[in-house]
Amino acid sequence: MRESTAWYLFLLAGLVIFVLLSIHMAIMHLDSILLAMGMGYENVLKFESVFARGKQVFFMVMYILLLGAALYHGLYGLRTILFELNLKKGLQRVITVVFLLAGIGLFVFGAYAAIAAYQMKMI
Amino acid sequence: MAEQAKVSAETQDTEQIVKTVTFHILRYDPNRDAKPYIQDFQVPVRRGMTVLDGLVYIKENLDGSLAWRSSCRMGVCGSCGMFINSFPRLACQTQILHLESNDIHVKPMPNYDIIKDLVPDVMPMLMKHKSVKPYVIRDDMEELESPTGEYFQSPQELENYIQFSYCIKCGLCLAACPTVATDDEYLGPQALAQVFRYNRDTRDAGNEERYRLIDRSGGPWSCHFAGACSDVCPKGVDPGFAIQLLKRDMLLHKLRLKKRPGPAPVMGPPEKAERRPNIPEPPEPTV
Repeated sequence: MRESTAWYLFLLAGLVIFVLLSIHMAIMHLDSILLAMGMGYENVLKFESVFARGKQVFFMVMYILLLGAALYHGLYGLRTILFELNLKKGLQRVITVVFLLAGIGLFVFGAYAAIAAYQMKMI
Repeated sequence: MAEQAKVSAETQDTEQIVKTVTFHILRYDPNRDAKPYIQDFQVPVRRGMTVLDGLVYIKENLDGSLAWRSSCRMGVCGSCGMFINSFPRLACQTQILHLESNDIHVKPMPNYDIIKDLVPDVMPMLMKHKSVKPYVIRDDMEELESPTGEYFQSPQELENYIQFSYCIKCGLCLAACPTVATDDEYLGPQALAQVFRYNRDTRDAGNEERYRLIDRSGGPWSCHFAGACSDVCPKGVDPGFAIQLLKRDMLLHKLRLKKRPGPAPVMGPPEKAERRPNIPEPPEPTV
């Protein structure tokens, strides 16, 4: 992948994080306002509320998207910082591969958790 | 008479010693010294004296072995970039009295290797500059070799890049850049500003080629927009701004949201115009 493509995805991921994190923050911290407007959940941190959110397609997709965007944005940013330390080409390649594998691994694990929560049944 | 007296008073004013300052100069001769050291010199200062004048005074009167690089003495050639009182500046454009200090600290520009004393090795900058093809690229080689006219460019099109063409390659922007300080691969504000300058030139058709050259780690994406390059530029080029515009142009180009007009056509000499009788014929081309 060209560096410019990686950079544009970095920008796009930042935009996705901004939107989704705003929704997340609103749900978590503006709960009383949302309730007054007929939306939102009572006691957002209670297990039942968390479970109910996890059972909705919107939240499952949002969590997976947010996870992907945050992982890409964070790991690409860290890679850029490390590359500025005058690393040798070989080490740069190792860092890229390690970050790519770590990112994919964490994404698969996190996405599995979101999908599992969606499919989970309340006992 | 009054005019003559005024000129005479001004001349006297510039000849009168105002104060004496101490130049603290970093000295280093790689062939002789294990490491750089600071040497002090007392310099009498007259009104209008620049740091470069101070260095000339030292070389002529105190220590002939002091080395630096300078040429035009008027901020045009870009040779005398130095780190003066913790700021990258041109020595010829820095008035000693404007520094408002009795201590003038002069070091070679940071982010460059030292050749000797105040002489930095600017080759890495020049190589980076060369690597981005800083010249008009066109397909019509025949027209370039033997021009039949001029490439058309409107004053508005000229305005789009003229500011960025004032670069004198003094290298002060690279001396101030925090990214250049850690990343050798980074092309730096000078070269990237020139990429923008030539890509915005309507006579040029090499933007795709230059985008390919800089689309790598160490390209415009490494710029943190600290803005230090623009702060120190003695010609007002504002390379930091150029890099941000370059990023935007590259993004729009990638998304095909901005169509670049084709290279400017050749404009022949005016057809129905007549030369006024009092205007002589131009001389024959020498090249």
